[in-house]
This record gives sequence, C-alpha cells and structure tokens, in this order.
Amino acid sequence: MFRKTVLAKKLLAAATGLLLTTFSGILSADDPFKIGFVYVGPVGDHGWTYRHDIGRQAIEAEFGDKVATTFVESVPEGADAERVIRKLASSGHDLIFTTSFGYMNPTVKVAKAFPKVKFEHATGYKRGDNVSTYSARFYEGRAVLGTIAGMMTKTGTVGYIASFPIPEVVRGINAFTIAMRKVNPEATVKVVWVNSWYDPGKEADAAKALIDQGVDIVTQHTDSPAPLQVAQERGVMGFGQASDMSAFAPDAQLTAIIDNWDKYYVERTLAAMDGSWKSEDVWAGIDSGMVDFPEYGAMVPDDVKAAADVIKESIVDGSLHPFQGPIMDQNGKVVAEEGTNIDDGTLLGMDFYVEGVQGTLPK
Amino acid sequence: MNETILLAILTIITAATPLVFAAIGELVVEKSGVLNLGVEGMMLVGAVSSFTAVHVTGSATLGVLAGMFAGVMLALIFAFLTLNLQSSQVATGLALTIFGVGVSALIGQPLIGVAYEGLPNVQIPVLSQIPVLGRILFSHDILVYCSIALVIAVSWFLRRTRAGLILRAVGDSHDAAHALGYPVIRVRYLATMFGGGCAGLAGAYLSMAYAPMWVENMSAGRGWIALALVVFASWQPSRVLFGAYLFGGISILQLHAQASGTINIPSQLMSMLPYLATIIVLVLISRDHGKIRRNAPASIGKAFHPTT
Repeated sequence: MFRKTVLAKKLLAAATGLLLTTFSGILSADDPFKIGFVYVGPVGDHGWTYRHDIGRQAIEAEFGDKVATTFVESVPEGADAERVIRKLASSGHDLIFTTSFGYMNPTVKVAKAFPKVKFEHATGYKRGDNVSTYSARFYEGRAVLGTIAGMMTKTGTVGYIASFPIPEVVRGINAFTIAMRKVNPEATVKVVWVNSWYDPGKEADAAKALIDQGVDIVTQHTDSPAPLQVAQERGVMGFGQASDMSAFAPDAQLTAIIDNWDKYYVERTLAAMDGSWKSEDVWAGIDSGMVDFPEYGAMVPDDVKAAADVIKESIVDGSLHPFQGPIMDQNGKVVAEEGTNIDDGTLLGMDFYVEGVQGTLPK
Repeated sequence: MNETILLAILTIITAATPLVFAAIGELVVEKSGVLNLGVEGMMLVGAVSSFTAVHVTGSATLGVLAGMFAGVMLALIFAFLTLNLQSSQVATGLALTIFGVGVSALIGQPLIGVAYEGLPNVQIPVLSQIPVLGRILFSHDILVYCSIALVIAVSWFLRRTRAGLILRAVGDSHDAAHALGYPVIRVRYLATMFGGGCAGLAGAYLSMAYAPMWVENMSAGRGWIALALVVFASWQPSRVLFGAYLFGGISILQLHAQASGTINIPSQLMSMLPYLATIIVLVLISRDHGKIRRNAPASIGKAFHPTT
C-alpha cells in the first residue's frame, strides 16, 4: 500500500510491526456471541474496508447486544495477519471474518489450531471444515457499467484505472469491455495500471493522464474517490468504486458498484449462532445483493437507464452471462464460441485481454 | 498532441509540489543537525487539519494555516523529546510518523465522504495570457508559486545570511557552535518547527489541491520520498527541487505512456521508474565525494549535551 523508496523501506519494515493495530470492542453482560473482523485497510478508506465495516455494523444493528464485534484495521498481509487472527481466535471469538486475499494462508493455518472457531475468508480459494470462502461476482456489475459507458461515450475511448494485474481486475476490465462493445462496437478501453490499491494522488494523476489522452469516461478498480473528483473537475464522467461516491462528484458519477456484504454477514452470523453454519464457497452476484448499485446520476438519459436495467435483470434471471460467446481475445483468437460462456475456472484465472482493450496486459 | 504535453506538464507540477514542500523543510531541519523521520506523520496531520479547517470555516487561507500549524505542533513534540529529553532522533521520528498516521485517522473520522472543490487557480494577469508558456508558468494554485519561492528563499538563507551560517554551523559541529556562544538548542527548535510547518503545508497541498478530500493515509509514502530526496540531493535546495520535479515528471509520464498504449514495458517496471531514475540521476550529479562531505551536516542525528 505504501510507495517506498529503498532508503525508507527498512525503516518502514521496522515500523510495520507496530503499525496501527487498533482494537475496538464492545463487551456486554450475558456472554454475547463474539465476532471478529480483520481488515487490510483503514475503516476510513471509503472503499473496500469501509464496506466490510458497514457489514459489521449491519450485524450489530440486527442482533444488538446478543453479539459483540471486534475489528482490527490496517493489518498487513503476511506474518502480522497470522498473529492478529490467532489473537482474535484465542480471545473467545466464535466467528472471524478475514477480509483480504492475502489472509488466506494465515486463516487456514489458525483455523486448524482452533477447530471450534468458525472462519470466513473473503476472495480466497482454500477451505476447511471451519473455513468458508466468499466473494462477489463484481464482473456482473462491470457489465452494467460497460453498457452505460458504451452508450454515453462521445470520443469512443474509455479510461480504466487498474490496480494490480490479477485475475479479479482483468476480469473486470474484460466484462466492462465486452458489455461496452455490445452497444458500441467501435469503442475501446485504455488501461492504466497504478500498481496500488489505494493512493489518492496517483489515482488522480492516472485519471488526468487518461483524460489528457482523450477519454471522456473514467472507470476505476482502485479504492479512492480521487479519479471521480478529477472527472468532475475536468467535466467528464466516471463510476464510483466499492461505495456510492456521488458526494465527491455529483455531476460526474454515472453510477457505481457497491460492495454490499450486509446480508451475507447477517446470514452467516445467524447460521453460526443457531448451529447451522457449514463450510461453503460462495461466489454471488447481483441477484444476491452483494453487487449493488446506487441511483443513476442525473445526467444519465432514460434510454441508457433502461438499457442498464435490462442488463441487470437479464443477469439476475440468467438469460445473460457477462462472458457469453462469441468472445475474442486481443489477438482475434476465439476464447468462447457462440452459444457458450467462459466457465468459472477460466474466469478465476483470467490472464488475457478481450478484443477492444488497448495495450498489452502486464504479466 | 501539444495540448496533451501541456496538460501533462501541469499534472507534473501538481505531483511535484508536495514533495518540494516536505523536502525543503526537512533539508533545513537536517542542515541544523536534526534528523526527523516523522515527515510522513506531519504531512498526514497537516492534511487532515487543513481539510478540517476548510470544511468548518470555508476559508482556504485558514486551511493552509491550520495545516502548517498542525505540522509545527507535531514538530514541537519531536523537538522536545529529542532536544530536551535527548531521546533517539531515529526512534522518535519513526514514532512520530506512526503517531501521525493514527491521530490523523482519528481526527478525520467525521470527514470521510466530505467533498471540497479544491484550491482555485490563480491566473496571473497578462502573463497567464501568453500562449502555452502562460499556462505552464502562470496559472496555478497559489501554493505552487509558494513552493518555488520557498526553495529560492531557503537557498538564499542558507548561503547568504548570517543566520543561515549559524544554522549550518550548528548542524556541522554543535560543540563548536556552542563554544562560540550560539544557542544550539534554540536554533534546532526553530529549524525543526520550520520543517514541521513545511510538512504540514505539503499535507495541506495534498488534501486541498492534489486530491481535494480526506482519506486515511492519503500521503501514501510521499513523506518518505521527500526524506530520500534530501539525502540524494546531497542537501542542496536546487537539487531537491530538481529531484522532486524529476520524480513527479517520470511518475506522470509513465502513466501517459501506459494510457497511450504504444509503449510495451510491463507496468510494474514503469511504476518503479520514478524511484530508480530519481535516485540514479541525483546520485550521478552528486557523486563528488568532497562536495557531499562539505554539504552533509556532520552532526546529523547526534544528541547534543550542553557542557556549560
């Protein structure tokens, strides 16, 4: 998350050990059900971690003093994570949510040592008797954004600010591009990788660079509202990421993808409390409510709203798959024949750009 | 295409300005013989304070002042601990950064999700009308001009004034300066406060102009880059300025190169480029060892025990 210089790296490494492990807990009288959360960023990031914390608050709102929640924020992925998870498990927590991919191995390791504690790991693929995994099909949301972008762009080029070249991000770029080119076959996507999830300054710079090169819509897979703010300032449009960011860019936010963990967190807590909890692998999309949207921006015309709504509905009722063939990759090779969809296995390891994305994918 | 280049230059200036502020402040601190590693923390506290002030009062001037004030306050804590209580400067500076990250997050809690439209640009009359050059040189927010003026002022102060000479003497040999009757502790206090004010200003620039909002940890390591710039620029103000612009320039140009889609270099390598290039260039232009030895403050980081 930090940008480091060689000089600062050692110092930072020394500092990370102490970094920001803020504990916040509420203890109430008759032995509440204790739930712990491990966050990768600060709760105030207004993005990924912020939305998980809203999910935690939903549990508290639902169960009141029957539960007690604890969270530890800004936990680096790695050795520190194991220490934090172990600490939560050994201090009487009954259910622990670890909310970043890099917590996968520590979660599985600690889970083996605490068979009675239930673990929920976000975005991972390793499970155990007491470890579930869950993630959202955000690419379904990207297809909705792509449809809107394709209909709204005037220059025919759309900018995409991307974080790291991992399948999750590449999948989003491809779903967006496919949907965009269905409504606007000539449109292309310019991708800029900032190699950071969260650096408002750099994200703003990337947005400026893209706009300077002629894109009139900016979308992002990084966490801060900075790109949208730039879009607002430069008079172009964009999409919010992870949460509704319209407050930062009332004239620029067309819509947003909202990560909505509330319902899932409440359900899993209930299951853990009444004993029906089982280890599961959940990868849910728009139909589950995990991928959610705010109101459309005022500048979105009715026909675009209608088209976007159709995409949402047909993804929910199953008549449309965002990766429905025929799909060609950048080099014109067919990756999905007409009448087939790209399967989940390929989606989870996606490492190519589809037709319509400019530039080459860093590997 | 010319328009693109012009806009890119404007973006570079925004990217370099916070580094210029933070680094020039730290340069003065280090020249007085104090190593304050808390730049990142002071920047964050400056950022959150200025954003709070702007949000509450609506005045950009008060915002900038609040950022500087907060930076000075944090620097005072550092000065008291290291200069009066003789605690280790390295450890205290690191603690100051960790403290700054935490306290800024705490103060900023109610500000999450609050928007601000950003500092207005100051169009210098007549001059800003000059085609191309006018926009590059004479139509920025006021802090950009301040950052350049500050570098010139610091350079002049260190080389040409008696006070600057005393500051350098204190940084080179506090015992000799003390023997000559110069108030070592007072000079170091003032330098540290100046550094704090500059770091606070850098923070204010981040939350008011660069990305006008408050989010936790928004400096994202820029304080550390500023610290490194000072060392690699071998404590010379003009090189700090050059280094900051070089770093900003390459960071922005690599984004442009990616967006243009024509250059086929892995983006991870592109992201490394600003760091690599800045270090290499600054090390090359400063490779005269004699000069480094003359420029480096000899008693940097050392505790001063006055022996009356």
